[in-house]
Amino acid sequence: MLNTVYQLKAPRQFEAVFKDMELDEKHLVVRPTHLSICHADQRYYQGTRPEAVMRAKLPMALIHEGIGKVVFDPTGTYQIGTEVVMIPNHPSEEDPYIAENYLRSTKFCGSSKDGFMQEYVSLTPDRVVKLPEGIDKVTAAFTEIVSVSYHAISRFQRFSHERRDAIGVWGDGNLGYITSLLLKKMLPDSKIYIFGVNREKMNDFSFADDAFLVSDIPEDLKIDHAFECVGGNASAKAIDQIIDTIMPEGTISILGVSEDPVPINTRMVLEKGLHIFGSSRSGRADYEGLMDLYEKNPDIPSYLENIVGTQFVLHDIKDISKAFETDIHKMIGKTVMIWNE
Amino acid sequence: MEKTNIYGVVLAGGIGSRMGNVEKPKQFMEIGKKPIIIHTIEKFVMNPQFERIIVLSPRQWIKYTQDTIRKYVLQCEKIDVIQGGDTRNETIMNAIDHIESAYGLDEETIIVTHDSVRPFVTHRILEDNIRLAQKSGACDTVIPATDTIVESCNHQTITNIPDRANMYQGQTPQSFKAKKLRDIYSSLSESEKKILTDACKIYVLKGEKVELADGEVFNIKITYPHDLRMAEALLGGEA
Repeated sequence: MLNTVYQLKAPRQFEAVFKDMELDEKHLVVRPTHLSICHADQRYYQGTRPEAVMRAKLPMALIHEGIGKVVFDPTGTYQIGTEVVMIPNHPSEEDPYIAENYLRSTKFCGSSKDGFMQEYVSLTPDRVVKLPEGIDKVTAAFTEIVSVSYHAISRFQRFSHERRDAIGVWGDGNLGYITSLLLKKMLPDSKIYIFGVNREKMNDFSFADDAFLVSDIPEDLKIDHAFECVGGNASAKAIDQIIDTIMPEGTISILGVSEDPVPINTRMVLEKGLHIFGSSRSGRADYEGLMDLYEKNPDIPSYLENIVGTQFVLHDIKDISKAFETDIHKMIGKTVMIWNE
Repeated sequence: MEKTNIYGVVLAGGIGSRMGNVEKPKQFMEIGKKPIIIHTIEKFVMNPQFERIIVLSPRQWIKYTQDTIRKYVLQCEKIDVIQGGDTRNETIMNAIDHIESAYGLDEETIIVTHDSVRPFVTHRILEDNIRLAQKSGACDTVIPATDTIVESCNHQTITNIPDRANMYQGQTPQSFKAKKLRDIYSSLSESEKKILTDACKIYVLKGEKVELADGEVFNIKITYPHDLRMAEALLGGEA
């Protein structure tokens, strides 16, 4: 079948191309319905990745956060019409120690292969997970980023010591909101504190136990562990402040992506005996765990509705650019494209 | 799934007289690794709204069409291949008669008729056609005209140059409430039927409303050899 693929050809320039999609008995086909824009997509769209990276990756369809409907399934796994979240991580091998999202051979939609901005997406049945009945579709569009927080918290539970009275989350953006919300639900006995730069944004974190401006952290505040959800140029400052604030033998989970190397105060890391670990992306087990968490805590999707930003119904290729341009200027919130192209 | 009462009608009636010296009808020419008609049929198979897909073929090519579909299309059991008529509209009438006798026809039965040689049709175009046909009874897929249209009734001098802003180029699909289309067509005189090369014109001739569905510039009809080269060029990307 001639599948229409909407690729980024150059910064700020999309183009419809056609690829012959093989229909076989091992793959099902999903019609994307709701797609969400991530910072990583924006870095390609605006051309802020290094030139060599842009040259190597483009042309490529963007978007790795999205849901859709199963329209064709010769594998017989799903009923036609089943609403599913698409997993962008496509491993080609299994490893008993290394998770699928860390295998160097794994392909990732919108990074090392075409993303979900396509007429149809062909996937093996293990690359989709059924959405809970009745979930808000617009919120479900950004399940992928929520699964990344879920993945990081699951690993944190493996790596950190069990005194988890107070956990700090640095970052008052979308990732900070999602991570602190999941922490509150997955570790209900812990106090969750938010550290950010914008009081108004932090007021939206109504589920958190307290919120502090990074310029005004009380000296006697004790944090057992911390999550960095800042990324970019502000990463260094945030990590530095975490190292200063955290209790000895605490665990620091780094989630923010930075284009440039970030200096770390290793002297204090050594002195305090800190654990620092990074997490990126997620795997099928995280999606399944997250769907279970949604079933047990139906208020999580409701909270996530608060970070839905602008919604765009796309009719043609020009609308894709409009959605990306609007997304650049948002203060907080996820931009969701309702895919009608 | 519940019965949708929506049918895809793939028109493969032509024998490719405009395609130069090819032996087979143009719908069997290959782009990528498959015949054009297979790419087109797969777009209909992929849309669960279609109850059945009726493929209309010249009589002598029915078996070949059936074999080709069996060879390439997974889950081909919802495809019927039947004989086309002498004209495009007679072919559509054959499809409607077939739907009536095999599956039943009522006022709300929708047919989405499409050229077998337009394999670049998209999910969005098919969905818009279904929606507009359900809403208004008939729709035609068009794109705004890019060239100025020049009318000449004597084929020597210009009779009229219509305002381009009001001109569109017709594509397919064209979609209809099937029963009404047949009723209107049956009411035409034989001479009226002869001058109609287009199903939507049946409606226009009788003063009935036909909605416009947005097409795409790439929804090309593969008619001439250079169209085939264009299609191959469009299909440049690796899957």
